[in-house]
Amino acid sequence: MHSRLLKYLLALALISVAPVQAEVFEKTLSNGLKVVVKEDHRAPVVVQQVWYRAGSMDERTGTTGVAHVLEHMMFKGTKAVPAGEFSRRIAAAGGRENAFTSSDYTAYFQQLHKSRLPLAMQLESDRMRNLQLSDKEFGKEIKVVMEERRMRTDDEPHSLLYEKLMAAAYQEHPYQHPVIGWMNDLLTLSAADARAWYASWYAPNNATLVVAGDVKADEVFKLAQKYYGPIPAHKLSARKEFSEPPQVGIKRMVVKAPAELPYLVMAYHAPVLRDPEKDWKPYALEVLAGILDGNESARLNKVLVREQLLASEVGAGYDSTARGPSMFVLDGTPSEGRSVADLEAGLRAQISQLVKDGVSEDELKRVKAQVTASEVYKRDSVFYQAMQIGQLESIGLGSKAIPLMLQKLQAVTAQQVQDVAREFLQDDNLSIAVLDPQPISGEHKHASHGASSHVR
Amino acid sequence: MYAKFFAIAVLFVCSATSALATPHIQHWQAASGARVYFVEDHDIPMLDVAVDFSAGSAFDTAEKSGLAGLTHGLLSLGADGLSEDDISRKLADIGAQMGGHFDNDRAGLTLRTLSSTAEREQALDILARVLQSPQFPESVLAREKVRLVSALKEAETKPENIADKAFDKAVFGSHPYSLPTSGDVDGVTDSLRADVVTFYNTHYGAKGAVVAIMGDVTHAEAEAIAQQLTEQLPPGGASAAIPPVEMQIKASEQRIAHPATQSHILIGAPGVARNDPDYFPLYVGNYILGGGGFVSRLMEEVREKRGLAYSVYSYFVPMQQPGAFQIGLQTKKSQADEALQLARSTLREFIARGPSEKDLKAAKDNIIGGFPLRIDSNKKILDYLGVIGFYNLPLTYLDDFVGKIDKVTVAQVRDAFQRHINPDAMVTVVVGAPEEKAEGGK
Repeated sequence: MHSRLLKYLLALALISVAPVQAEVFEKTLSNGLKVVVKEDHRAPVVVQQVWYRAGSMDERTGTTGVAHVLEHMMFKGTKAVPAGEFSRRIAAAGGRENAFTSSDYTAYFQQLHKSRLPLAMQLESDRMRNLQLSDKEFGKEIKVVMEERRMRTDDEPHSLLYEKLMAAAYQEHPYQHPVIGWMNDLLTLSAADARAWYASWYAPNNATLVVAGDVKADEVFKLAQKYYGPIPAHKLSARKEFSEPPQVGIKRMVVKAPAELPYLVMAYHAPVLRDPEKDWKPYALEVLAGILDGNESARLNKVLVREQLLASEVGAGYDSTARGPSMFVLDGTPSEGRSVADLEAGLRAQISQLVKDGVSEDELKRVKAQVTASEVYKRDSVFYQAMQIGQLESIGLGSKAIPLMLQKLQAVTAQQVQDVAREFLQDDNLSIAVLDPQPISGEHKHASHGASSHVR
Repeated sequence: MYAKFFAIAVLFVCSATSALATPHIQHWQAASGARVYFVEDHDIPMLDVAVDFSAGSAFDTAEKSGLAGLTHGLLSLGADGLSEDDISRKLADIGAQMGGHFDNDRAGLTLRTLSSTAEREQALDILARVLQSPQFPESVLAREKVRLVSALKEAETKPENIADKAFDKAVFGSHPYSLPTSGDVDGVTDSLRADVVTFYNTHYGAKGAVVAIMGDVTHAEAEAIAQQLTEQLPPGGASAAIPPVEMQIKASEQRIAHPATQSHILIGAPGVARNDPDYFPLYVGNYILGGGGFVSRLMEEVREKRGLAYSVYSYFVPMQQPGAFQIGLQTKKSQADEALQLARSTLREFIARGPSEKDLKAAKDNIIGGFPLRIDSNKKILDYLGVIGFYNLPLTYLDDFVGKIDKVTVAQVRDAFQRHINPDAMVTVVVGAPEEKAEGGK
């Protein structure tokens, strides 16, 4: 429930200002590749991550999903390293590896003993330039991606609901498309689409290399120069600037899927951090999410689950860092015998009360104490620290902004929290989706709990 | 790693790695009777603690399936005069995180806190009260039962959960490992407060407790912490032993209808116990068969060559008694039979011939070369302390790990698989089976 919030807090809690921590070093190669090194000498391990600033938001209608398909194809070989061989060589070196794609970026990583960093760099730099995208490998891998879509979205009612909600909530912005792509686009994608994507975005001047672990920064810079330095920069495709026009009234939708319990999501358009020094609203929205759902005694769980028995699960989440716009999201499952309309009324009552009466100093302090502690805890994971650096570099804020962001978060006032709640948690800004559970066999045994009949 | 504080064990392994330092584990029995496992490390000003009991779902009965999980879940929802809200608020005030883990064998709580005195003392005070004086308030129990029943009903509509439940039933028959870890609707509904109190008093005794402590405290402080967390536990001894698993099962195949687009396929049988001498050959062999990420045989055959599935795997769940050996995959319904036959033939071939020398070398290179990644954080070391303590593994388990892997031979892998896994006596479950073949709704 509050793990989501924790994630958001941690996303802000990157580099401690505490002097005990090793510093973060950065350098940009002449081909435009930015290299960021985080030294951490607790264990003889290293993580390499390469982040490309190309995600599903850079796709075009008709080829949604191509960013993610290309991520899969990156394991399918170069002239020097045939299909499957990348994974075999990393495995033989004792490594673990994977990759992930989001709306904003695509990233690849390996975790290994520190002595194997050159191997990881050799392999990763090779596929930055020399990928061979054969029709045959594409034909097999696109089937794997369709299975992935079936597993993660088509057969997962809550994921399906989020996919459809985003498609409705965003009218213009490409966040309306799912990262995995629409099934019809996957069916018609070709190896040529993947080649075009690779040619457009896979270049050192569109990437960040993050290395964290038991390494010395100057040695990493030398290795990076050796392996990545020779790759020429190239002109990137022009990026479209997207904005989302103001929503002019509430949007509501129902999604039917096989399930037992109904589910409610309320998503309000919200701003993201663009200027870490001058902006204040995103910080206040982070704190607002913490006050609503930062721990089990936070407002939503305390009142709606524990006291009123209105919900069996309830949550709030907001992410202040993204290339595109953000949303402040409330979600929940009503208790047996209660409807989604009851739950919606309960959530609205919490928002109204907060807007009217504000938040207490104790609540504010509690959220900030959690941020402070998370700052210390995150030092237990080198991988996680590298993730945060890569993410912030890729969305354009830069990892150097982190100490400032932490200071600003600690400076949020009760009045600011109340102000952002009033400004953004408004009906004109809101999209609501309800899961109407369908029986998995013939008869509709739980019709009375169905969502559609309760939607206003 | 941790060289300042840990004894250094120098392991000469294949050329992939140089000397590795493993954490120095200090072990003692607290005055309470609890067994304590401690690694001292001052790199980060924080402390991790886990306390485990033999109180998992294997100690449930079919009539009250879910009682063990309810008891575990209620520990932190009211204790020693603190309401559930007091507990979560006091932890949040200092940024401490309390969590739990629960499986067939084990039930436990974990705590992560800053190690500075005020924060540490407040966090440990709450953990001590939650573990030793839970109140199981009637109103909270009633509410949690309703929430759990809702979640169980929801799970019963999900193909992966339906498959797991049918699989465990078919593999373990009437053995308690067949009981779902979270219980079932009737069992949870019928569990009363008196049952919860009795379960707690029977299974949360100090003599069965395992305390793992990792982080920024001294030995003397760790001794005091272990005693503080266990001295007021119920006086009873450890839980009774879990009965043996019937290893000889008959081949069976269930096909269960579901409207999902994919079939969820599980194949398996009883596998191996945590203390079995075949553990390492089976572990290494399974890496080759279906445990090794992108390079396993199942991955190669099912995904890489044919694009039949996104996820395909095999694993052993080594428990007090033999847990399951399981192969799993998901594929669109029209391909279910093809994928099932392929998984079966891959298993059959592996058992008949065993791995090649080349396979074995690749597996060892990965497992041995990747050993430092297993102990590169306090969290991972804490988890090992819990397993070593709970399953009575040698204190040198981590020191010996690389050597044990390195000694495994092709013949040992083949022999161990042939003795433990009979491809002619496997359970198969297909949920979301191709329509014309399904036996009807669940």
